[in-house]
Amino acid sequence: MAIDFRKDVEHVAKLARLELTKTEKETMAGQLSDILDTARRIQELDTEGIEPTSHVIDFPATMREDEVGASLPLNRVLQNAPKRDNDFFRVPRIAKSGNDGQ
Amino acid sequence: MEYEVVIGLEIHLELQTQSKLFCSCSTSFGKEPNTNCCPVCLGLPGSLPVFNRKAIELAVTAALALNSSVQLNSRFDRKNYHYPDLPKAYQVSQYEKPIALGGCLELEIDDQVKKVNLERVHLEEEAGKLIHSGDSIIGSDYSKVDYNRAGIPLLEIVTKPDLCSGHEARLFLEELRMLLLYSGASDCKMEEGSLRCDANISLRPMGSKQLGTKAEVKNMNSFKAVEMALNYEAERQRQILISGGSVIQQTCHWDEEEKVTVPLRSKEGSSDYRYFPEPDLLPLLLEEKEVNIIKSVLPESPMDRRLRFQKEYGLAKSEASLFTSNRPLGEYFEIVALKYKDYSNLARWIQGDYLYQLREAGKSESALEPDKLVELLNLLDNGDINRPVAKELLAEMVRSGESPSRLVNEKGLKQISGHDMLLPLVEKVINENPDAVNNYLGGKEKALKFLIGQVMALSGGRADPGEVKKMLISKIAE
Ligand SMILES: [Zn+2]
Repeated sequence: MAIDFRKDVEHVAKLARLELTKTEKETMAGQLSDILDTARRIQELDTEGIEPTSHVIDFPATMREDEVGASLPLNRVLQNAPKRDNDFFRVPRIAKSGNDGQ
Repeated sequence: MEYEVVIGLEIHLELQTQSKLFCSCSTSFGKEPNTNCCPVCLGLPGSLPVFNRKAIELAVTAALALNSSVQLNSRFDRKNYHYPDLPKAYQVSQYEKPIALGGCLELEIDDQVKKVNLERVHLEEEAGKLIHSGDSIIGSDYSKVDYNRAGIPLLEIVTKPDLCSGHEARLFLEELRMLLLYSGASDCKMEEGSLRCDANISLRPMGSKQLGTKAEVKNMNSFKAVEMALNYEAERQRQILISGGSVIQQTCHWDEEEKVTVPLRSKEGSSDYRYFPEPDLLPLLLEEKEVNIIKSVLPESPMDRRLRFQKEYGLAKSEASLFTSNRPLGEYFEIVALKYKDYSNLARWIQGDYLYQLREAGKSESALEPDKLVELLNLLDNGDINRPVAKELLAEMVRSGESPSRLVNEKGLKQISGHDMLLPLVEKVINENPDAVNNYLGGKEKALKFLIGQVMALSGGRADPGEVKKMLISKIAE
């Protein structure tokens, strides 16, 4: 397979906010190519009329009742925060880049 | 060329549960920052989400209220994007298989019923709240994050592009809000952010079937803002098209201060979200039986109530609308109507004096025992008291909760009526005001009003002004 996946790796890395070196990109492009090769081989199977599988366990999701339980104490909540501003997590400005979903 | 405006809305609605969608943290608003958080809603590694049954039930309730077709088999997916209000760097949402498909909402616009169709209804988790340190999202140096809101069950309702003005969008939202309030799915408080709306808006040549390039408008924090922002954006696009330019697809923020839409960033394609099935949650399987139970206890919709009030009680449309938008007042009307059958008179009193006195006294819609209002109206209908006295009594009753007949006796407010009781007063006034009598005979209607006023004053306000008028006219004519 001679498809070059370096562009795809760069795109996905950007979306995941990852910085990769040139060597890393090449390694990952090769790995991605292998993975997609395998996927291509699986796609050769005849799956006509078979529901796509999203989960392998075949029973309904469990439910809990709508009852309030204990939350974490504030110092535990903020324990892993790289930066904090009083009781808030402090994050870099998001300005024009990025994405606010919904 | 003439253009028509095409608008579709995306509404986000926080469901009214006690605990979050996937964990048991409290959903209550206004708590100290980051105190309603746990490993699940903070996205800590190793934590696992578990569905809140009530959230699912409320989602089904809302979907049914919107005539949307509830899917017995739906699924959750991860929507991947990086934004600091999202602790896991993905939002658990529904993409391929939402909980409900289609649906519609009917509303009245300028006396015409308009049907607005829905695309889908799906369930997802709410994000945290960002507080920008600068004055705006663009100018801030850094942001602070409060994750109390993260993980609250959020319902997204997507309409088809069926709306054609800012005004229509506003009316739609008002009707939607009322419907969802009635259904009990959400408290729909826009000021607390539990109801939010984004819009897609584009223009196309009148009569064209093809949609034009759209802009997405966000940050509209009230129904009025929605109307203004969409009217502004429609006009902006119209100017571009008229001058031969083309609209570019973009996301805008509504600037409430400047009353303009400001472009924010170019819209990324939806494939960039790299949706895939959420492996930590099994598919959501509902039983038809459960859905039917929810359907059977679904409250009457506002539209149905408006029609029923007109049909069942013969009320005017405006009265039926008031008793629908003010739901507790409508409920009070219905309770009193069980015992008082002159419905239009009752409606006039409730929406008029009664509502006014409630506001004056700062009391709730059901402040006065229904039986006491019935008693008051009966006293008036039977001629025991006159209208001004009835009004005065109502004010007193709302304040003190006292029964009207007791007040009548205590204050001696019984109406002075009948020829024998009124005649001495009428004769006294005629004798003491010869000028006014002459003026009246000379054709001055105002003079009669004055004479009526004098008799009323003598009676301590307890005479029936209609009866006084008749007696004065016949007595003067003698
Ligand atoms: Zn939690």
